[in-house]
Amino acid sequence: MSDAPDSTSDESLDDLTFEQLYDRLEAVTAQLEGGGLSLEQSVALFEEGMRLAQQGQQLLGDVEQRIETLRQSFEDEASS
Amino acid sequence: MADAGGAMATTAQTVYPVNAVTRYLRELLENNRHLADIWVEGEISNLSLPASGHIYFTLKDSNSAIRCAFFRNRIKGQRDRLEQGASVVIHGSMSVYEARGELSFIVDFVQPAGTGALQAEFERRRAQFEAEGLFAVERKRPLPRFPRRIGVVTSASGAVFHDITTVLARRWPAATILLQPSTVQGETAADEIAEAIDTIARDHAPDVIIVARGGGSAEDLWAFNEEPVIRAIYRSPVPVVSAVGHETDTTLADFVADVRAPTPSAAAELVAPDRADVARSIGAIQRRAEVQLTRAIAASRETLDGSVHTLIGALPNVAEQRARVIDRRAQIARVAAGQLATTRERFAEAGARIGALSPLATLGRGFAVIERDDGSLVTSAASLASGDQVMLRLQDGRRAARIEEEESAS
Repeated sequence: MSDAPDSTSDESLDDLTFEQLYDRLEAVTAQLEGGGLSLEQSVALFEEGMRLAQQGQQLLGDVEQRIETLRQSFEDEASS
Repeated sequence: MADAGGAMATTAQTVYPVNAVTRYLRELLENNRHLADIWVEGEISNLSLPASGHIYFTLKDSNSAIRCAFFRNRIKGQRDRLEQGASVVIHGSMSVYEARGELSFIVDFVQPAGTGALQAEFERRRAQFEAEGLFAVERKRPLPRFPRRIGVVTSASGAVFHDITTVLARRWPAATILLQPSTVQGETAADEIAEAIDTIARDHAPDVIIVARGGGSAEDLWAFNEEPVIRAIYRSPVPVVSAVGHETDTTLADFVADVRAPTPSAAAELVAPDRADVARSIGAIQRRAEVQLTRAIAASRETLDGSVHTLIGALPNVAEQRARVIDRRAQIARVAAGQLATTRERFAEAGARIGALSPLATLGRGFAVIERDDGSLVTSAASLASGDQVMLRLQDGRRAARIEEEESAS
């Protein structure tokens, strides 16, 4: 996963961690609420926000829990 | 002790200085593990509090007595527990006060008598680790909001791990759960738990670690009071949640952990958000964005209307000019309508792409734009006073309204 995505085009959305995605969504909305934007800018931000929101909801949806059992205690390590 | 032992082992003819004998005695006692790091119970007598700040007393029972020295740097807040006649258990090691050739018990911790042995030892270690700063509030770290990898150190058998995975499957299945099995009871448990914490943190990049054990007696939970466990939790590079025993059980692991959970299930609740809650907050943010865009559109329209209005108001009241202005006004209105149509088109495009979330539907869903008499937009509750006249702009027209209260509870 990429750590600091600056671009938020459709392609890079998949690479965002959930936390980055959520933070970006909040930032976009805060920017909208801050005002001082042209109508075009507002619409563009709005669209980005909706894409982020959809992606977020998808990530929350059909996920299966993964469990990994790591090596058992150091006795095993010693014998391995 | 080799020196002293060697010296004392020579023939009976050897003459020793007093100092050699007392030193030998002191070393003999201090190196005897049965006399070091022990608890002794008795009653305090001959309590002496000289100006040096050290405390001296005799600990006695019906038949025996022993001199005790409690040095100033070990006393820390324990002076109140020392009273003439008080029954206490004291912790320390046997030594010899060479200047007098007297036995002397060097005290480092005092508890009221009647405290169980485990409890007394627990209190002693708690004080020790606390003094060392291991429990400092300033170093408690916040848990990650949306963990991706959750490490769990607990027994591979037993209900604890099952309880944790059950809760996490419901709340936050997006996280991978890493189980590092360890025995959680018995002689090797402390070292194994410590090793498990170190291993998982070092090799498996968890965002947070849960150290857990099910309920049991104080003896069963004792591994979680052992120094290796405490230190491993302390040095973990990621936050640790302790969940040992039941709600009423307290271990030193709880003190050193970043967060203490009352039970393993509760730990699972603490480390991950509930996905339903998160989905709801995303929905709420979406609605905020929708409201905002609706407002931006209304404001654009407002600007156009306002310009026309100002223009008319600024003109002298001359019939001819009026007529021209009215023409002009019609023209401006057409331009405004055209721009609005463009805006709407653009907006409808956005709306089409995001389907049901179209902000145009927002007004249709019951949102309204609120404006004042002068046509300016109301964007803050604080800007309204009771009795103010406002205009509600709805999807299909306007209605006048009056503000009843200055601030509502919401």
